[in-house]
Amino acid sequence: MSTDQVRVVVTGLGATTPLGGDVASTWSALLAGQSGVRNLTEDWVDSVPVKFAAVAAVDPTEVLPRPEARRLDRAEQFALVAAREAWAHAAIDKVDPERLGVVVGSGIGGITTILAAYDTFKEKGWQRLSPYTVPMLMPNGAAGWIGIEVGARAGVHATVSACATGAESIGYAIEMIRSGRADVVVAGGTEAAIHPLNIGSFAAMRAMSTRNDAPELASRPWDKDRDGFVLGEGAGIVVLESEEHALARGAKIYAVAAGVGYSADAHHIAQPEPTGAGVMLAMRRALENSGLTGQDIKHVNAHSTSTPAGDVVETLAIKEVIGAHPLVSGTKSMTGHLLGGAGGIESVFTVLALHERIAPGTINLDNLDDGVEVDIVRGEPRKLPDGQIAAINNSFGFGGHDVAVAFTSI
Amino acid sequence: MALTEQEILAGIGKIINEITGIPASEVSPEKNFVDDLDIDSLSMVEIAVAAQDEFGVEIPDEQLKHLKTVKDVINFIQN
Repeated sequence: MSTDQVRVVVTGLGATTPLGGDVASTWSALLAGQSGVRNLTEDWVDSVPVKFAAVAAVDPTEVLPRPEARRLDRAEQFALVAAREAWAHAAIDKVDPERLGVVVGSGIGGITTILAAYDTFKEKGWQRLSPYTVPMLMPNGAAGWIGIEVGARAGVHATVSACATGAESIGYAIEMIRSGRADVVVAGGTEAAIHPLNIGSFAAMRAMSTRNDAPELASRPWDKDRDGFVLGEGAGIVVLESEEHALARGAKIYAVAAGVGYSADAHHIAQPEPTGAGVMLAMRRALENSGLTGQDIKHVNAHSTSTPAGDVVETLAIKEVIGAHPLVSGTKSMTGHLLGGAGGIESVFTVLALHERIAPGTINLDNLDDGVEVDIVRGEPRKLPDGQIAAINNSFGFGGHDVAVAFTSI
Repeated sequence: MALTEQEILAGIGKIINEITGIPASEVSPEKNFVDDLDIDSLSMVEIAVAAQDEFGVEIPDEQLKHLKTVKDVINFIQN
């Protein structure tokens, strides 16, 4: 498991999710097999065919000071809350600002801001638009705010690749450190898209579960009766650091961010490629990039969104590239699908799985679908082996983006 | 009936607190928005729009840039 590259380690974790307002509460709810999915009570719910979502457990406006919250889109609010937790967790007293970067993206960006601002514009005119409308709606807004917060001057970036965004951001951050551009990078993804227009649009694709009579059972990766994904919201952020920098300051290291593999399906704008070729290529490249073999991988946090099309193909790809042995978890069964935030929170989960040697379970998996030939962690979490082990977090996005991020235990 | 300076000051203090989080008690007439209260130009636009709603007095952009202190805004609203 050695490479001649700069080693990148994870020294800070932050999250705000449908399961909890921070990493600790999210992780304990995840291990307890709780669902973050709930009925929506907004007036507009009658206008859409899906009446539930995985709403953030802690509203960010309850955490952020009001003057700050009012100039941030909800996606930026989530990102800032998670970034502050990760930054505090990393406890970096001193870092050269020119060696500090940020890579945080969002799948959709400030869509609720756009829609609300357009209402204001139509009803009251341009003079009543907030002067913060543009920085609130731009998808790089979260990265910009976090960069200001921590004083990052090495570069502040926002990757955009739909539901692969969070993982791609973390991959980009690994490469930023490896290429010598930075010593420390705050990276992850965020999303706040629970709005009738988004629900209506995803429903128009027939991509969402419509299990309105039992929302908590709606997100069920690999189950025969799955009928679509459940929209979630929140953010997951990690602090990545060169091992040299982390060791020099005596930092606590949670895992090694060993490498990343990217690929693209070049197939269909929204449907997964049916042979899994792109997914296989991403995982293969992640292994190569990390200096790992399939045997090293003991756990996979699968993308597994609970859509009929994608879940099984991913497991075929895992079996082909890694083998049938890793413990495969579908955490979206509990968190719902955070779109651009998914790769962020699931990287946090993957790091914690390695650190605590436990693979989260997959709830609602009553009848395993045909063709799944990998070891899915059904129901209860399962223990991961001792010794040097590795794990992969998969994230795929509309547009045909495939990203696999590899982490190893310390 | 015209508002008194104290009433306008209280209203401005409330607006600035809402927008920037600065305690209304710190908003006194002699304070400079940029130098003393650290309010940026985007927030000044927000404050101006809120002041228009509160006091029914429109503050054109070309006037806004001349309003450097809280007292300047009070005078503008009174006149």
